[in-house]
Amino acid sequence: MPVTILYIGRDADITAVMNRLLNARVEWIGICVCSDEEAISICLEKQLDLVLLGNGINQEAEQKLREKLLALRPELKIVQHYGGGSGLLYGEIMSALREQN
Amino acid sequence: MSQFILHPANTRGHANHGWLNAHHSFSFANYYNPDRMHFGVLRVLNDDLIDGGMGFGAHPHDNMEIITIPLAGAIAHKDSMGNSAVIKSGEIQVMSAGTGVSHSEFNANADEQLNLLQIWLFPKQKNVTPRYDQQTLNVEARHNNFQQILSPNADDEGVWIHQDAWFSLGKFDNGFKTDYKIKKTGNGVYAFVISGEVTINGQKLGTRDAIGVWDTDTINFQADCEGAEVLLMDVPMELN
Repeated sequence: MPVTILYIGRDADITAVMNRLLNARVEWIGICVCSDEEAISICLEKQLDLVLLGNGINQEAEQKLREKLLALRPELKIVQHYGGGSGLLYGEIMSALREQN
Repeated sequence: MSQFILHPANTRGHANHGWLNAHHSFSFANYYNPDRMHFGVLRVLNDDLIDGGMGFGAHPHDNMEIITIPLAGAIAHKDSMGNSAVIKSGEIQVMSAGTGVSHSEFNANADEQLNLLQIWLFPKQKNVTPRYDQQTLNVEARHNNFQQILSPNADDEGVWIHQDAWFSLGKFDNGFKTDYKIKKTGNGVYAFVISGEVTINGQKLGTRDAIGVWDTDTINFQADCEGAEVLLMDVPMELN
């Protein structure tokens, strides 16, 4: 059963790369968005396993986003993902899923 | 009480892609080891051998301080900030990815292998304006001396980054002894032996071995062969 991962980042190019990288693995389904409103609506519609907070989200927006997402799904694992490219992605997702289990 | 962790060279992650032969001191790409995620804010230390003319096409980064030290050969860099440069052995390059930057990195020579260290640190401050810098280092100044090549201060020796980190490179005569004083309370030192044999805090290390030391203010160093080369990374142990 693939894990469903929501990535939120502000830079459209980086977010597009993240979408390609996440969906390149059969064990992951990646949904990548740039807006918080879209992220909230996806959280309402889909059964998410993990949320990655990516590039360009300032502290205030991050706080609000976390509150809103956790209000909808208190069990949701939310982690920061920085670095952009594929270098850190696998390790950080594996670590987050490991902690969750 | 001083604490340490040893990372022998042969315990690093390894990926041979043909054109790229990479050793990862910490989890990177498909190498995942939950015990090797980071040393303080030091998240990536890759030791890459790249074939002539080959390299990494345009790819994005954000919120990372990325330091590249060519050990042999030269790297051609281009980025979305408009920088286009070649960085040679004896130089250092730094890129603060901040809000987001895209870059490509290729071996600048078609007929010579490139060996580089690429180091990523978590920044002290997120979403800074991306920036790029490179410097030529005075290689003579590291003979029997830990030459500072990076710091948090723009007006200090070496390049600067958005983190309370200091890097030093040294090349030592056999038997040379010295102490290195950690620059900031709460920092630890990750010492990576580029070549040769050394003893750090009583631990014998060889080429590409590493030791991380923390909860101390000084490390003791001795070179055990002629021309031993070491990179010290003095970094905050707490993640921001």
